[in-house]
Amino acid sequence: MHRKIALKPLNLILFLLTIVSYGKEQDHGHEASNSGKTTEAEVKEYIQHHLKDSYDFNLFSYKTDAGEEKHVGFPLPVILWDNGLKLFSSSKFHHGETVAEVDGSYYKLYHSKIYKVASPDGEIIEDDHHHPINEKPLDFSITKNVVMIFMVFAIMFFMFRRMAMAYKKNGRMPKGLGRFLEPIVLYVRDEIAIPNIGEKHYKRYMSYLLTVFFFVWIVNLFGLTPIGMNLTNNIAVTLCLALITYFITTFSGNKNYWKHIFWMPGVPVPMKIILAPIELLGTFIKPFALMIRLYANITAGHVVLMSIIGMVFLLENWLGSSLSFLLAFVLGILELLVAALQAYIFTVLSALYFGMAVEEHDHH
Amino acid sequence: MEKLFEHFSLGLFVWQAVLFIALVLLLKKFAWKPILDSVNSREEGIKDALDAAEKAKLEMTNLKADNEKLLKEARAERELMLKEARDMKNKMIEDAKDEAKEASAKLIAQAQATIETEKKAAIADLKSQVASLSLEIAEKVVREELSNKDKQVKLVESMLGEATLK
Repeated sequence: MHRKIALKPLNLILFLLTIVSYGKEQDHGHEASNSGKTTEAEVKEYIQHHLKDSYDFNLFSYKTDAGEEKHVGFPLPVILWDNGLKLFSSSKFHHGETVAEVDGSYYKLYHSKIYKVASPDGEIIEDDHHHPINEKPLDFSITKNVVMIFMVFAIMFFMFRRMAMAYKKNGRMPKGLGRFLEPIVLYVRDEIAIPNIGEKHYKRYMSYLLTVFFFVWIVNLFGLTPIGMNLTNNIAVTLCLALITYFITTFSGNKNYWKHIFWMPGVPVPMKIILAPIELLGTFIKPFALMIRLYANITAGHVVLMSIIGMVFLLENWLGSSLSFLLAFVLGILELLVAALQAYIFTVLSALYFGMAVEEHDHH
Repeated sequence: MEKLFEHFSLGLFVWQAVLFIALVLLLKKFAWKPILDSVNSREEGIKDALDAAEKAKLEMTNLKADNEKLLKEARAERELMLKEARDMKNKMIEDAKDEAKEASAKLIAQAQATIETEKKAAIADLKSQVASLSLEIAEKVVREELSNKDKQVKLVESMLGEATLK
């Protein structure tokens, strides 16, 4: 019922957009499509850039009248392990324009990654598949995303520490922000942890579930801000979270859990032998799906949202641009929902896996 | 898939792992534990308070029932006392009536005895008067007889007619 209502205006907008873009092409002819292409490429590049991590904290960039690109932001420390610790400011790269020289080694920024080059004017050598073959030093730099992790770390610690203190001061009653956060904490406990894990064991997993829920949620919300820091569209971040879920599941698995994997009760012996590798594989697939789901949802949301924002600049007339803007606005609201939904799904599935690991089958 | 691995950054992974695990442990100690403990103790407090209220309500009901019972008993007692008093009153009245009856009966008996005696005395008096009258008459008759026999008879007859004796 709801979907039908929601789809109708969406379809209409999309339909109008096609007409508008078609009409535009007709009006301006070759000249316009030529300039449009550069805008298109610019938008595409911007989206790709936005989705990538970077070594400096870029707030915004603009082009001077002379065509020179200016970046407003601040550099971040680069930490490399290349036969010893190398620590320097990312300003040395000059946004990838120059080669940085540190303690006699030369490093170049290429496609948002640091490569070692032989000389100050060293070039990146690529193989047939356009993959650089230069050596990559171990990179532990404080990139934009790492700054984001630190920020979320600080925000969460500050927020929940204050909430905890308020309980002590206020006699077991929440205060201020805690009034908003407490129902969410209780929701995680009563609707996610207890039903999936069970009254008996849920307490052990509450810290992880609460932290991962709020972490993913806050990170997703930050990803929607124009600062453009989106941790959860990095496979490294979602892999890390999924791995933690995997390890907790594996290490808290009881006899019953392992028995269900390697020697499924209640099925004939040949089936047990067939099921064992499938079940074992399943334990890896579950966290893998967790990783991909979060990564793909957030990345896809960003790409779509930014593409539609890009259309505001591509369709250079008032109707198309305003419709694109409207669509971007609606999608932005949808992304707000997705931000919370993905945090919820990640937490629920983690809780579900923990529940499987500690489940006790009394009836067997 | 290849692109996915290309995107993978070991540095970010390490930072995320270290910071996230640190965050979980720190929040566990400084936030989640106190928060959940407070919430739990509050919930238990609420539950206890509700239980206590329920208990108090039950006690109140019991107390009310007791009061009702006491009131009922008191009412019954009062009823009983009133009844006793009424009975006593009735009995007293009855007794008084009986006594009065007895006394009046006695008086009547006495009066009757007196009347009887008076009557007897009166009769005796009358008898003596009749006797004297009879004697007088007899005297007169005798005297008349002495003079005239007819007259004598007549006299006796008239006299007898006059004398209304009982």
